Amino acid sequence: MTPAQKPIRQTLTLHDTVYETSFTKKFANRKPYAPKDPKRLTAVIPGLILQVLVAPGETVRPGQSLLILEAMKMQNHISSHDAATVKALHAAPGDMVMKGQLLVEFE
Amino acid sequence: MKTSASALLDPPAEDVLMTMPKKMKDHAAKHAEATGTHPEAARRQKAQGKRLARERITAILDRDSFHEYDLFVEHKCSDFGMEKKQLRGDGVITGTGTILGHPVAIFAQDFTVAGGSLGLAHARKITKIMDHAIKMGIPLIGINDSGGARIQEGVNSLAGYGEIFYRNTLASGVIPQISIILGPCAGGAVYSPALTDFVFVVDKISKMFITGPEVIKTVLGEEISMEDLGGARVQAELSGNAHFYAHSEAECFEQVKRLVTYIPWNNRKKAEPVNAIPSRTEISLEAIIPAEASKPYDVRDVLKAVCDGSDFLEVQALWAANIVVGFARLDGRTVGIVANQPKVLAGVLDVDSSGKAARFIRFCDAFSIPLVTFVDLPGYLPGVDQEHAGVIRHGAKLLYAYSEATVPKITVILRKAYGGGYIAMCSRHLGADFVFAWPCAEIAVMGPEGAANIIFKGEIAAAADPEAFRKEKVREYTEKFASPYVAAANGHVDAVISPHQTRDFLLHALEISEGKSELRPARKHGVPPF
Repeated sequence: MTPAQKPIRQTLTLHDTVYETSFTKKFANRKPYAPKDPKRLTAVIPGLILQVLVAPGETVRPGQSLLILEAMKMQNHISSHDAATVKALHAAPGDMVMKGQLLVEFE
Repeated sequence: MKTSASALLDPPAEDVLMTMPKKMKDHAAKHAEATGTHPEAARRQKAQGKRLARERITAILDRDSFHEYDLFVEHKCSDFGMEKKQLRGDGVITGTGTILGHPVAIFAQDFTVAGGSLGLAHARKITKIMDHAIKMGIPLIGINDSGGARIQEGVNSLAGYGEIFYRNTLASGVIPQISIILGPCAGGAVYSPALTDFVFVVDKISKMFITGPEVIKTVLGEEISMEDLGGARVQAELSGNAHFYAHSEAECFEQVKRLVTYIPWNNRKKAEPVNAIPSRTEISLEAIIPAEASKPYDVRDVLKAVCDGSDFLEVQALWAANIVVGFARLDGRTVGIVANQPKVLAGVLDVDSSGKAARFIRFCDAFSIPLVTFVDLPGYLPGVDQEHAGVIRHGAKLLYAYSEATVPKITVILRKAYGGGYIAMCSRHLGADFVFAWPCAEIAVMGPEGAANIIFKGEIAAAADPEAFRKEKVREYTEKFASPYVAAANGHVDAVISPHQTRDFLLHALEISEGKSELRPARKHGVPPF
């Protein structure tokens, strides 16, 4: 057995009962849930920033295009969810961005 | 010019005598050439620890049982210089043979011929053998080792893939389909194995992915090795795409052979019975299960104590190990086993384990393999990730599969059967034919601790000594409900049996169910929560 397979005794609490058991790799590696911060817009897909359509201080309305992110051979308009004021831009045309990377901060 | 009829009918006798031996010799030479391998390509194949396609077929099938067809098939492509290229067998070997006496149809892609690339002629050889397998009602075994589409053939190559997928789907539930991944299987090609019943992978040899590391790097900037992306271990442990994992081709072929003995040839037959062997009597079932419901044990020990020869062929052993599924025999006849595994994640149901069990149950139902379910679970796994991953929809697959199945369904409740988990694990309410419970079974809405805490929440808080009062209520609840007898009193459990009687009760229930027939309302097909 590889070390990864070796059963490690762990405990799982369900309905106030503490069960002795072992975790699957998937369960052990699961990420704790963090609520989405509406003040931070992050890239949903990695790609290339083609155009930035807003400037800091600008007020945007829901659905307004903020920037164009080229990914999967498609020029994707990344738009704002809510009405907000742009606090800072973290991406410029020509930037390669990773998934989850911060693009725009709102006030 | 007129030729007399007699000249056509009576060619000079000596010419025939000259021609026959020549034709034989000519055929032998042609056959040797077509079944040969380019020495350099063969060397490269071996250098990767891979066997040649022909060697693989020989290793899986019974000695001298392979009969090859379409050896002389040629491609019709005349673009990009392809008209000058002669490809041996067009890169795939097809035929029929036997495995331990069971007839099978088989194809093996040959990586030494144009990288095993799939063109239309290659695909048509495969679809032809698939059509044979469906008509004759024999299992289909495909060995995948291919660089992918033959790009020179363009859309014709894609047509080839599509025609294979279509037949995989038509054959589903009609004949067992087995895919062995012995090399790369990338892009659209992965969908043929994905549509089949069992996928076998071998460490360091199998590679499966939709888009490879190169593309991922260019498009997404993420770097990952082929092994970490879609190697055998990943497919067997993380994605659940593979059902059987082996360290070598030889070990893999033994697994294939073993599987073939457990399953029927087609959906009109039952699996061939073998001589019944008793289970190992020295294993004491009473000793396997800890009295305390919170202590783990390996449910496979229970299977060993109950099944013929203590033999169990586990399917998807590495993925979603909180549920155990696989084939065993009772009185010489194949049964499909589904069992919660307290050793892993306390045996809970979750997204992966529900999907794993549901698929296995549907295979068993399609191929007339009775289902035996062993229950010991605290319920569903709580968690944001589970809820957001769709545990509702995935969990529903299990309910659907059990309810839909019309093969004999026998359930043994070993210890805990709580809440929704109790219902899902082939309860009477989902159509179980027989439900047995051990005396240590606890069949209730939830564990005594949780139940007492909810029912007596107010009283506990108001009590002079809340902890003592709480313990008293837990004890009360345990006595009253954490047993099999309330369920037995309502007829939800047919018999409360001692652990050592389990095998006897199962054998008898199977014997009684031999002629089971259950009619359902006519429909085109159901709409399971895929």
